[in-house]
Formats: sequence, structure tokens, C-alpha cells
Amino acid sequence: MSAQAPPSSLVETVLAFADDELVLGWRDSEWTGVAPFLEEDVAFSSIAQGEIGHARALYELAAGVLGGDADALAFDRAPEEYRCAPFVELQLVHDWAATVARHWLYETADAIRVADLMESDWDELSGLAAKMDREEAYHRMHAQMWRDKLGGDERFEAAVERLWPYALGVLEPGQRGRLAELVGRDEVAAVDRGAHEDSFAALHEEMTMVRRSIPGAAW
Amino acid sequence: MIWEVFRQEREGQPFTHGGSLEAPNREFAEAYAVEFYGRRAESVALWVVPREEISDIEDPYVADVFDRDYRRVDGYSLKVKLREARERAGTA
Amino acid sequence: MLERMSEEEFRAYVREGGQVETGDPMPDDYRKALIKFIEMHGNSELMGVLPEREWILRAPTLQRKLALTAKVQDEVGHGQLIYRVVEDLGKPREACFDDLIAGKTKFHNVFHYPTKAWGDVGVIAWLVDAAAIISQKALLKCSYAPYARIMKKICWEESFHILHGRDVVLALMTGTDEQRELVQEALDRWWGPLMQFHGNPIPAEQDPMYQWRIKSQANEEARQQFFDGYVPQIWELGLTVPDPALRQDDEGVWHYTEPDWDELKWVVTGHGPATERRLGLRRASREETAWVRRAVLADAA
Repeated sequence: MSAQAPPSSLVETVLAFADDELVLGWRDSEWTGVAPFLEEDVAFSSIAQGEIGHARALYELAAGVLGGDADALAFDRAPEEYRCAPFVELQLVHDWAATVARHWLYETADAIRVADLMESDWDELSGLAAKMDREEAYHRMHAQMWRDKLGGDERFEAAVERLWPYALGVLEPGQRGRLAELVGRDEVAAVDRGAHEDSFAALHEEMTMVRRSIPGAAW
Repeated sequence: MIWEVFRQEREGQPFTHGGSLEAPNREFAEAYAVEFYGRRAESVALWVVPREEISDIEDPYVADVFDRDYRRVDGYSLKVKLREARERAGTA
Repeated sequence: MLERMSEEEFRAYVREGGQVETGDPMPDDYRKALIKFIEMHGNSELMGVLPEREWILRAPTLQRKLALTAKVQDEVGHGQLIYRVVEDLGKPREACFDDLIAGKTKFHNVFHYPTKAWGDVGVIAWLVDAAAIISQKALLKCSYAPYARIMKKICWEESFHILHGRDVVLALMTGTDEQRELVQEALDRWWGPLMQFHGNPIPAEQDPMYQWRIKSQANEEARQQFFDGYVPQIWELGLTVPDPALRQDDEGVWHYTEPDWDELKWVVTGHGPATERRLGLRRASREETAWVRRAVLADAA
């Protein structure tokens, strides 16, 4: 499938994925300059950049079908139009245990999502997913590194417990069993996409304030 | 724990000292070395070593007590012998 | 390793371009001067991150978001390089942070001021970074070799920052009237702190940092270099420098309204408009992540 337009449900999936990466990248950027120690500050910043970079590529893909450009999709929609999972909207700074718990859970879920997208009939999407998978290898390694260090720590385990229903909500119902297996937990009722977290309105406001200040301008 | 990072700028080049970083173990040290010395693809290879494994040799050169000019280029003076040899060969 | 020498011999040694390594014997005053100077530099990198990081979250395009994140990441990285040098001189990183947050050590004046709008992002990356790079290039010749070596990496990474800054400014200057106004307004606010940035023009002979060859450039020389490089760039965009006295004489020397040196002293001793808020942020995040450092860094591998 490369000559005809992909089904709108697939474009929706791409958009939701882009929104996840954008918002998670935004949340991860809240640690810039204030991470637990300097070496990790630099490493975590690369993770955030990776996420924003993936968001950009996904938005560009969607824009190719929907029209407009990546920036318009990323910043010019109304809050209700974003399809991100509540998981990525949670403001976790300055809780490092929760942050790395999310990082680990998200990367594990993402591996499943990306693997499925690599099988997509939409050639451009499967190609992009393959590229993302290569970069994600570093993200997964970093997340695992922290999990190895903090696994068993009460704060970390409590955070995983608390965030688990949210993590499940990143994936489609048919994928959640695999996540449960990989993480070693029982599947529970997920916090699904749909309603946004309370903090999302403020996030969107801050994220778009400069862009909205002079609509249509080039920056 | 402090780790020293060595980097190779281009293939075939010697490894040079890049800098040091703090990390709890080798896994973290490797991740951070990549971040600090590779995120702009400025190194083709990287090594990390715990600082305590490196010894600083105080006296890198044992002073010449006895003459060892046979090991150096300036220990050889061929001019006179070469002139004599050329004269004998008639090629001077 | 250097031989032990008298302070007078050491001064002559560094004046003539002699290099000093970490384990070398060195006068106490030299070590103290190094720590003070280099620590302030590290503090400045870390505090410089704070005004800029807010704008990552507000960047109006994905490219700007990425570029700004990468720039700030570099600055945190520079902080790491610099504090490692201080630590190897004998002052642990945690002690440096303690002193910074307690207001016992200083950081550059420019990072005591708030940012107001996207125009600030451009002006800071273009002009504040430029002022810093002039000083940093002079540090490449520092007598203390470990510091000179990291300055090489720092200067290389900073080259991207100025281009980014100029790109942001040019996008605004070729945009709407409102965008152009953002740049002028930011320039009007940042010019004063920029003029103070290189410090008051004490002669090199009276500057201990110069005598030890930690700095190899006098303050006024740096400022003149800034004018040479950047006033033409400012003027060619049609921007106005908010100092009516600014002019270059026939010998190429720039004349300008003398900055308020008392104000500079007041600000760097912890009384800037944004000082308390920023130190407060550092204090809070540091407290909340202390357990991570204890859990991860305290034990050996």
C-alpha cells in the first residue's frame, strides 16, 4: 500500500502515536537542567529529543495525508483534538522514581507498538517504524539500565504499581497482554485514551503560547 | 565512581583521552560516554576505564646515567667515513 | 610531573606559557584562584540553563524545540566537564552545589535576569553566548591544562549555539512587525547586562586571574572584541543599540556609556531580579532528588 491513501483509522493511530511522543517529550523536557545528576541530565535530554524527533516524523507522515505540516498538527489543534494517552500527560517532575518507572513502562509498550507498525501495509509507516526501532534500542537500554539499578527500591516499585493502569492505556486492547507478559504483571483495567488529565490544559496552553501569540507567523 | 573516557576521532587514529565522568557502574559509564563523546558522532570508537585502574607514572624517563647515544639518531656521525669510502671508490 | 618551585618561579613559569597538570605541585593561592574561577564558570553554565529551559516547553516549532533542547543539553554537559575539573582540584561537586544554592559562590550577572518573550531566546543565544564565547576562547590558553582542554570541547560545541541564536533572530527580523519588535525590546533589556558581562576594566597587571595566566585576556579587551564582532551585526539588521553614546573612534576603539559597576556587584552577590527564584528551583529539585544520588552514586560499583 503506497499508491493509495492509507485507511483513516491508521492515520488516527499515527496521530495518536505522534501526540504521545510529543507530550512525553514535553514532560521529559521538564527535567532539563534539574535531573538528579549532571551525567543523567545530558542522557535524559537525548531521550526527550528522540521523542520529539519521532513525533516530528510521525506528524510529517500524517500531514502527507491530512494536509498542512508537522508544526501545524503538533501545535495548532485544540486540546480536545489531541489523541495522547493520559499516561504521557502525567506531570511527574521532580519524582525521579515515577519518571524512570514511566520511562521503562513506556519503552516496553512502545517496543510492542513499533513492532506491530513495522508490519504495516502502509510502506511509509513501516519504514518509519523500522527507523524508530533502531533509535528506540538506545531508549530501551537506558530504561533497562535504570530499572536494573532501582528495581526493588520501594519508591520505584510503588511508582510502577501506580502507573501500571496508565501504561496499559498506551496500547490497543489486543496488545496489552503482551505488555503484561513482558513487565511481569497481571493485566488490569487500563486508563484509556479519551479524556485528558487535568494537567493537560495547562500543558497545551504553555506549549502553544508563543505560537498563538502571532498566528500564522514563521519562527 | 570516576571513569576515564578514551576516544578515537577517525578510524585508524590513536585513542586519546576525552575526559572523565561519574557513574555507578560500567553500564552507566558506557551510556554516559556515548552521550558526552558521541552524541554528535564525533567519535568512531570509545573506551571507558575506572580511574583507579589507571596509574600515573611519576618518572616517565630514566635519566641517562651512562651514555646511550647508540639508541639515538644523533649517536651516529657518518660524514667522515662516507667521504673516505667515496674517495676509495673514486666516486667522490 | 612538574618540579616543586617557589611561588616566584611558578609565576614566571606560567607567565612564559608553562602548563600545569592536576597532580603537579602548585602554590596554594594558584589552586584557590583556579577553584574560584572555574567554579564560577560551572555555576554560570548551570544557572544559564534555567532561563532557557522554560522556552523549550514553549518553542513555536518542532525544529526550535529540538535545537533549544540540544543547546541546553550542551550547557549542562559543559557544567559536568567544568565541575569535574574543580573536583579533581579538590572541591567535590556536591560542595559546589551546596555553596551555589546557599549564595556563597557567584555566577555571571546575565543569569540573574528574567526572560520575558521569545525575542529573549534569540538575543540570549546570539549575543549573550557571543560574549561568553569571547571569554572562553581566551581560556584556551589557560595555564591549567585540564581546564584548557575542556575549553576546546566547549568552544567547539558553542559554535552551534551562536548560529542557532542568529537563525532565531533572523526569522523574527524577516517576520511580522510584531516579531521584529520582540527582538528590539529584548535587546533593549539585555544590553545593560551584556555591557557588564565582561567585568569592570581593571588593568591586566592588577587582575590576579591574569597574573596566574588563568585568564589571558583583560576585561576591556574582551568587551572591545564583542563590539567589533557584534555591533555591526546588530546594526545591519536595522536594530538600535540602546546606548546613544556608542561609537567607534578613528583608531577603532569603541566608546560607550560606562556601565554601573555597583549594580553589577549588587546583582552577582545574589540580588538580581530572578536570583532567588532560580536558586529556589535548584534547591527544590536538588532536595527531591537527593535520594537518587545516595542510591546510585554513593556506593562504588
